[in-house]
Amino acid sequence: MKNEKYTISIYTENNLGLLNRIATIFLKRHINIESLTVSSSEIENVSRFIIVVDISEEQVKKVIGQIEKQVEVIKAYYHTNDECIFLQSALFKIKSSLLFEERQIQNIIKNSNSQIVTVSPEFFVLAKSGRREEIDKLYEELSFYGIMQFVRSGRISVTKDEMKISEILRKQLN
Amino acid sequence: METITKTKQEVSKGTTVKISGAEAMVRCLLEEGVDLIYGYPGGAIMPVYDEFYKYKDALHHVLTRHEQGAVHAAQGYARVSGKVGVAIATSGPGATNLITGIADAQIDSTPLVCVTGQVGSHLLGSDAFQETDIISISTPVTKWNYQITKASEIPETMAKAFYIAKSGRPGPVLIDITKDAQFGEVDFAYKKCEKVRSYTPVPEMDKAEIAAAASLINKASKPFIVWGQGLTIGNAEEEFKAFIEKSGIPSASTLLGLSALSSDHELHMGMVGMHGNYAPNKLTNECDLLIAVGMRFDDRVTGKLEAYAKQAKIIHFEIDPAEVDKNVKTDVAVLGNVKDTLSAILPLIDKKEHTAWLKEFRDLYDIEFKEVIDEQFHPKSGGLTMAETIESINKVTKGEAVIVSDVGQHQMIASRYCKFNKTRSKITSGGLGTMGFALPAAIGAKMGAPEREVVAVIGDGGFQMNIQELGTVLQTKAPVKIVVLNNQFLGMVRQWQELFFDGRYASTEMTNPDFVMIAQGYGIKSRKISERKDLNAAIEEMIACKDSYFLEVAVEMEENVFPMIPTGSSVSDIRLK
Repeated sequence: MKNEKYTISIYTENNLGLLNRIATIFLKRHINIESLTVSSSEIENVSRFIIVVDISEEQVKKVIGQIEKQVEVIKAYYHTNDECIFLQSALFKIKSSLLFEERQIQNIIKNSNSQIVTVSPEFFVLAKSGRREEIDKLYEELSFYGIMQFVRSGRISVTKDEMKISEILRKQLN
Repeated sequence: METITKTKQEVSKGTTVKISGAEAMVRCLLEEGVDLIYGYPGGAIMPVYDEFYKYKDALHHVLTRHEQGAVHAAQGYARVSGKVGVAIATSGPGATNLITGIADAQIDSTPLVCVTGQVGSHLLGSDAFQETDIISISTPVTKWNYQITKASEIPETMAKAFYIAKSGRPGPVLIDITKDAQFGEVDFAYKKCEKVRSYTPVPEMDKAEIAAAASLINKASKPFIVWGQGLTIGNAEEEFKAFIEKSGIPSASTLLGLSALSSDHELHMGMVGMHGNYAPNKLTNECDLLIAVGMRFDDRVTGKLEAYAKQAKIIHFEIDPAEVDKNVKTDVAVLGNVKDTLSAILPLIDKKEHTAWLKEFRDLYDIEFKEVIDEQFHPKSGGLTMAETIESINKVTKGEAVIVSDVGQHQMIASRYCKFNKTRSKITSGGLGTMGFALPAAIGAKMGAPEREVVAVIGDGGFQMNIQELGTVLQTKAPVKIVVLNNQFLGMVRQWQELFFDGRYASTEMTNPDFVMIAQGYGIKSRKISERKDLNAAIEEMIACKDSYFLEVAVEMEENVFPMIPTGSSVSDIRLK
């Protein structure tokens, strides 16, 4: 079976140790986690994990089964790139002097649709949100001039389909 | 005793009392109906042990000789009784010593609550004396775990622990409790847990699935059932019997499913798997419908997956949705507790008899009998065989005993040949294959079913892995019967070396001590036999003994277990020699 990029969304109780418990499910099966984001969700006290993996559909189904089996997991889903809206964020720290010495940098910033979030005499910070390839492209362009620091977040994603988590929780409590 | 009853009444009236965390822990256990617990004390759990001292009339603590012994004893207790087994240990090495048993309970779905002491919460992460991160260590092998750092968390957490351990597909729960939480105070009120909002223990039964399964069953001409421990855990033995008797379907057990159906039932076709019976393995690849009931298609059952029952439609009765399609792709998955789903399907099933199909099983059994069984039961020469010993135990116990086996050749022989009339009569380490399981598990089993005869059948290798638990037998006077089948080898590994490693016996030969002297040192009546003529009398003497008894049987050194499905082979390539 062919590998594909899957975005796994997990709704969980906001409990200590759950990140570890979920991570071990991937580790046990020797699956590399490409990116992982944990945040609050639209429901109070419910966390949302977004995990990106590159595996076969058969594997992802089994992983979802194992994740949902965990006592504190409310529901888990997997989606292909076509089924969700997703992006990543990245920060670039760059020498301020380059802004004046290298005119091309201004064009790169303009064309990349990124924002300057802070400027100091020594450095400025550029923020860019978007698809992985867009961030990669900006990185490539800027790295020619030198990047002082670079960081990229995990993927965040919402699905085109409804998730109905509140409904599931209501049902469980009745 | 008076204080216990008094405080219990106060609790049931809904009023609260201020008590220490340690006392709250003991009171939680009592509220859950626990009266027996296995453990080993140490620094970080001493406040709870101090409460055990005060509550010793209500809660009996069994001091094992090693924490691994405690957790296996709790497993034996849980498996024989269906109740939650409880083990307790201190932090650090006490906690890590529980891990093997916890992993064993996880893979064999045994309900356990394990309590471990922990260093004070202000010391967490400081590498304090006997500090270990048992939450991280136990995460992959527990159904749930939690670290209590405040006394106030104890009642709710313990209620949740018991609920999770025993509901749905059971499993082990570990509760780690810091020393300051044991010393802290709590307004104690106990409410049993009945719901956790993120957790669905039993999936909803779907009528369409039941109907689809019934239709496949009614249409099948060569249906075959493989059942597992799900029947025992779900208390569905009667429902299962009614189901097979109406449908007339030949049925075989997994290793852990043994004894859920009595051995002499006419539709009982033996055991599937690597050392299972010839007919059910072979005919797995001949049936047109395979019905899996409360089992999980372990690789020791299926052999090579690509060649497992490919010709058949598959129905899977299962409580855990994660097991569906995990190893074997099913046509119809019937989710739910097997007790409910089997009751629901019964009225939809046609009454049938599969005479010709059954004959295929019997013919293959005759081949197995001629080629394998007869020779093991009635050897023409050589020393005693393991099978003869098991046969003798069958004769004397008349299938009424609980047989606890360890792991290896003797386990396979015991599983193949032991006769069972009652459910929950076969206790062994299945999924994890933990050597050293049987002796402590037998102690737990005897305490969980004191009215029943409990016979531990152990190899000389496994016996020495937890031999120290003879001390627990001595101290508790638990009248377990211990049979060591001594071939002076790690027999199963030796068999593989003989068959697959050109007979290079790397580290499988054992120089053993005088087991009889050791057992006598622990005050246990002991005997060793090596002659065929002494076998029956020795087993009779052992079973007749009111106290614990140790019997060493010197068996043939290089006996092999057959039939056998070599690793990576198809079930239909099962070898008779």
